Amino acid sequence: MALPKRRHSKARRSKRRATWRASTPMARVLCPHCGQAKRPHRICPHCGHYRGEEVLLVKEA
Amino acid sequence: MRHQKDGRKLSRTASHRRALLRNLTTALFEHERIETTLAKAKETRRVAERMITYAKRGDLNSRRLVARVVQDRLIVRKLFDTIAPWYESRPGGYTRILRTRARQGDAGEMAMIELVKTAEQKAAERKRIEEAEKAAEKEAKAKAKKKR
Repeated sequence: MALPKRRHSKARRSKRRATWRASTPMARVLCPHCGQAKRPHRICPHCGHYRGEEVLLVKEA
Repeated sequence: MRHQKDGRKLSRTASHRRALLRNLTTALFEHERIETTLAKAKETRRVAERMITYAKRGDLNSRRLVARVVQDRLIVRKLFDTIAPWYESRPGGYTRILRTRARQGDAGEMAMIELVKTAEQKAAERKRIEEAEKAAEKEAKAKAKKKR
């Protein structure tokens, strides 16, 4: 079976891992109704509004 | 080759998929708004819209075509007698899909699919719900008094 012949240095390992970057942050917009951050094109989880005054989810206390 | 093969498999066998879409479509007509995954909602839309188009035709043949999918007599009746008249003048686009949240557990994209309604219909519904809530509250209070 194939086995590594030599130990890889820390520098080599770090160089390889240098490309592992966090992906771009999740998109956020401010809800036009309650002003809290929410994901775009989704019903606001804080106030249940989407597109104008469309109240969709019943507000929890 | 998958040329011209449309639709999603939804990780199911053909019969499982058929049963799932039947159930989802029936549930949509029963409850008028249901929450499911985005992919299932989009597949349900295809079936449900076709059923409404049949229901608008209203003849016996279309009723039988719908009954093949919606296997609940009462819901077929509701679709033909109650739902179809809402869309008399709407050329398709009877349903609306709204994205809601990421499901707890697997972060699946959830969405709501609902039958499109006019502002008046929505206002009337809201009123009915509020009144029912008030009535329930009153009843609960009355019960609490009796116990004492």
